[in-house]
Amino acid sequence: MALLQISEPGQSPDPHQLRVAVGIDLGTTHSLVAVVRSGVAECLPDAQGRVLLPSAVRYLPQGEPVVGGDALAAKVDDPHNTIVSAKRLMGRSLADLGTELHLPYRFADQPGVVAMRTAQGLKTPIDVSADILRVLKQRAETALGTELVGAVITVPAYFDDAQRQATKDAARVAGLSVLRLINEPTAAAVAYGLDQAAEGVYTVYDLGGGTFDVSVLRLTQGVFEVMATGGDTALGGDDYDRALASALAQHAGLGEELDAPAHSRLLQAARSAKEFLSDRPTVRVQAELGPGRRIDQTVSREAFAGCTQALTQRTVTLLAQVLADAQVAPEDIAGIVLVGGSTRMPVVREAVRRYFGREPLVNLNPDEIVAIGAARQAHALAGNHRDDDPLLLDVIPLSLGLETMGGLVERIIPRNTTIPTARAQEFTTFKDGQTAMSIHVVQGERELVADCRSLARFELRGIPPMTAGAARILVTFQVDADGLLEVSAREQSTGVQAQVEVKPSYGLSDTQIADMLQAGFATADQDAAQRALHEERVDAERMLDATRSAMQADADLLRADEREQIHAAMAALTQIARGDEHLAIRAATEHLAHLTEPFAAQRMNRSIRTALAGRSISSLADAAPAATATAATTATNPSEP
Amino acid sequence: MPQAQSHADFTQDHFTLFGLPQRFALDGAVLTQVWRQLQGAVHPDRFAGATATDKRLAMQWSTQVNTAYRTLKDPQLRAAYLCELRGAPIHAERNTAMPAAFLMQQMQWRETLDEARGAGDTAGMHDLLQTVEQARCQVLERLATLLDGVPQDEQERCALEAADQVRVLMFIDRFRQDLGPLAMRGASQASHPAKPTHPAA
Repeated sequence: MALLQISEPGQSPDPHQLRVAVGIDLGTTHSLVAVVRSGVAECLPDAQGRVLLPSAVRYLPQGEPVVGGDALAAKVDDPHNTIVSAKRLMGRSLADLGTELHLPYRFADQPGVVAMRTAQGLKTPIDVSADILRVLKQRAETALGTELVGAVITVPAYFDDAQRQATKDAARVAGLSVLRLINEPTAAAVAYGLDQAAEGVYTVYDLGGGTFDVSVLRLTQGVFEVMATGGDTALGGDDYDRALASALAQHAGLGEELDAPAHSRLLQAARSAKEFLSDRPTVRVQAELGPGRRIDQTVSREAFAGCTQALTQRTVTLLAQVLADAQVAPEDIAGIVLVGGSTRMPVVREAVRRYFGREPLVNLNPDEIVAIGAARQAHALAGNHRDDDPLLLDVIPLSLGLETMGGLVERIIPRNTTIPTARAQEFTTFKDGQTAMSIHVVQGERELVADCRSLARFELRGIPPMTAGAARILVTFQVDADGLLEVSAREQSTGVQAQVEVKPSYGLSDTQIADMLQAGFATADQDAAQRALHEERVDAERMLDATRSAMQADADLLRADEREQIHAAMAALTQIARGDEHLAIRAATEHLAHLTEPFAAQRMNRSIRTALAGRSISSLADAAPAATATAATTATNPSEP
Repeated sequence: MPQAQSHADFTQDHFTLFGLPQRFALDGAVLTQVWRQLQGAVHPDRFAGATATDKRLAMQWSTQVNTAYRTLKDPQLRAAYLCELRGAPIHAERNTAMPAAFLMQQMQWRETLDEARGAGDTAGMHDLLQTVEQARCQVLERLATLLDGVPQDEQERCALEAADQVRVLMFIDRFRQDLGPLAMRGASQASHPAKPTHPAA
């Protein structure tokens, strides 16, 4: 394995070359990896030149899992060991599953994360996704000849907290550092917006294999602001396949008695027919489904549109809802971006065209656009940031709240709130002398807890005994830039700080992740100690790099003695990082981090002052646009008259 | 290191953070522009490759900027915030006393709404919407008078009166919400005034 080079301060190689980060579209039906090279974003192909990696993993009794096209080919003959559409199961427990239960897997009857019995034992959707991510990571590292500093991974905007957490867990298991989770429609807008320097309100209609997302975004002066988002995490091209398959079966007089392989063949035939109908008006569907069970029918576009009409209509209903949330009308939209292979269906394009009364944008490949946008964002986040890079200001897709008396939801953060965000609300005790309170965190738009998704249960203990209603318990929700939630609770009135225990209802515990990582190392034949040393060295280099550029930019904020202290700590860390003691390296890194903490705060304050100073220049231009508008101020303020 | 400067200053008020005067009247376009500029400086995406300290600070600042923006953008929240800054917190959950005349008017609006909706009377709904918008404009104008350009020694008294107006505005805004989406759905639904404040014990 190639270790990162540790160099003297001031002699480091071009940091931009060290920092290669990729964008990954981890899709329901297929996944892609893209990267920005020499300023151009492109999807990376495998050795056979294929960009799309089918999101299918087959587990054989021995050897590495088979990922991609070869696994997909085995889907019909080995349905139990070949996992497809794992994305639909992310962050779900067995009890959550609805239509997914029809998938031909042997689900294990266990609480927590759903798991499937395969020839290689129990596999969770996180394992399956990690296997896909590992292949993409390998593909990128081979193509780029360097180790990745991280990845931006896209998720449907409508993914809830558990699904986002599961995605992040999968990346950790695959040994990928996640720079940011971004919403798929946002990534698509980044891909389009940058290419066309667009301004205005855009709608992204994303119909993938298994998920449907709509987002309304405003692009202004390099800022992407998500105004509203919505969709359905269980609606996609697969449903069109199923609808057609069931119409075909019904027409042929076949019922529910088809076994798993026959059902897979029928679905495959339906899928091919659907894809064929994107280019031709009719298709002849033939499939052998066992003795005396045969399908031979001709399907027209109209017939296909008819049997899938409810699905298309549902996407249009959701589309209208999101536009209403964003308080925009169809005619306000500057452009409609189509994302996802399923938007190739003429029936879908026609529905979108009819709703907006005009043609959607289709000049980028709908399969690649999300990965391309993610790659651009990854490039910027990896430290190749320039001041004119666009900024994504994303929102949370679903409201977050708490269970209150009577099973009602008290909403703390409403959906479409810009992240990161924090909200606090006060609660009180219900009984005299109550010393503990159970706090149940839920996500969703409904008023009853039973209709929302349960995210976590907390217990706040050690509340001093008081009369009912006297305690003041402040519950704080913090959502970070990845859209992930952290909840804390504190009793205020007595100043006693009670501890909160977090028990995620879904997702993995840190121990579970550690175990999975361990298993990963074993198969990768890598010594854990060497791995630890490597990671500490990477961290040390990152810390040195960051401090170096901070000193270059803002050393004037420090006194001479402070500068000297920092330089000394940097020199010490550089020295220690050459050695093999990973604990010593960590200690030296932490020392430098601690030493530069106040410096970091001062730098942040300065950058806020600078941002405000930039504003007063353009306000002057606002006040007297005709007289003082110069080229520079006009450029910062192009939309002003 | 000098401790006085070492911590980010989260105590400054939202107006100061945005470099804006402490006024109710505010140019929404300027506010949004400053918000974007501040986020451009502090958003965690600008610090993805930075140290843990930088990341933590970025998240705190970015959160703070979003909170300030959300508060200042909405007239109701902005007015409430100004009242609080001037020593007259709203306490909506504790202080529910409303002028009788206003409550009567509210009841009448609700009746008109139910009748218009029941009869599918779109013209009637439209008239009601106009009436409500007009009432809201009046409250906003009153708030501007009470909160802006008031001499120092009058500020607290005016803020107390403004707080009453904010409570009125809260009622109107809730009614507007019921009127907006439901007008399209055509379903009648009662409002939900009282929220329980006790989590499940």
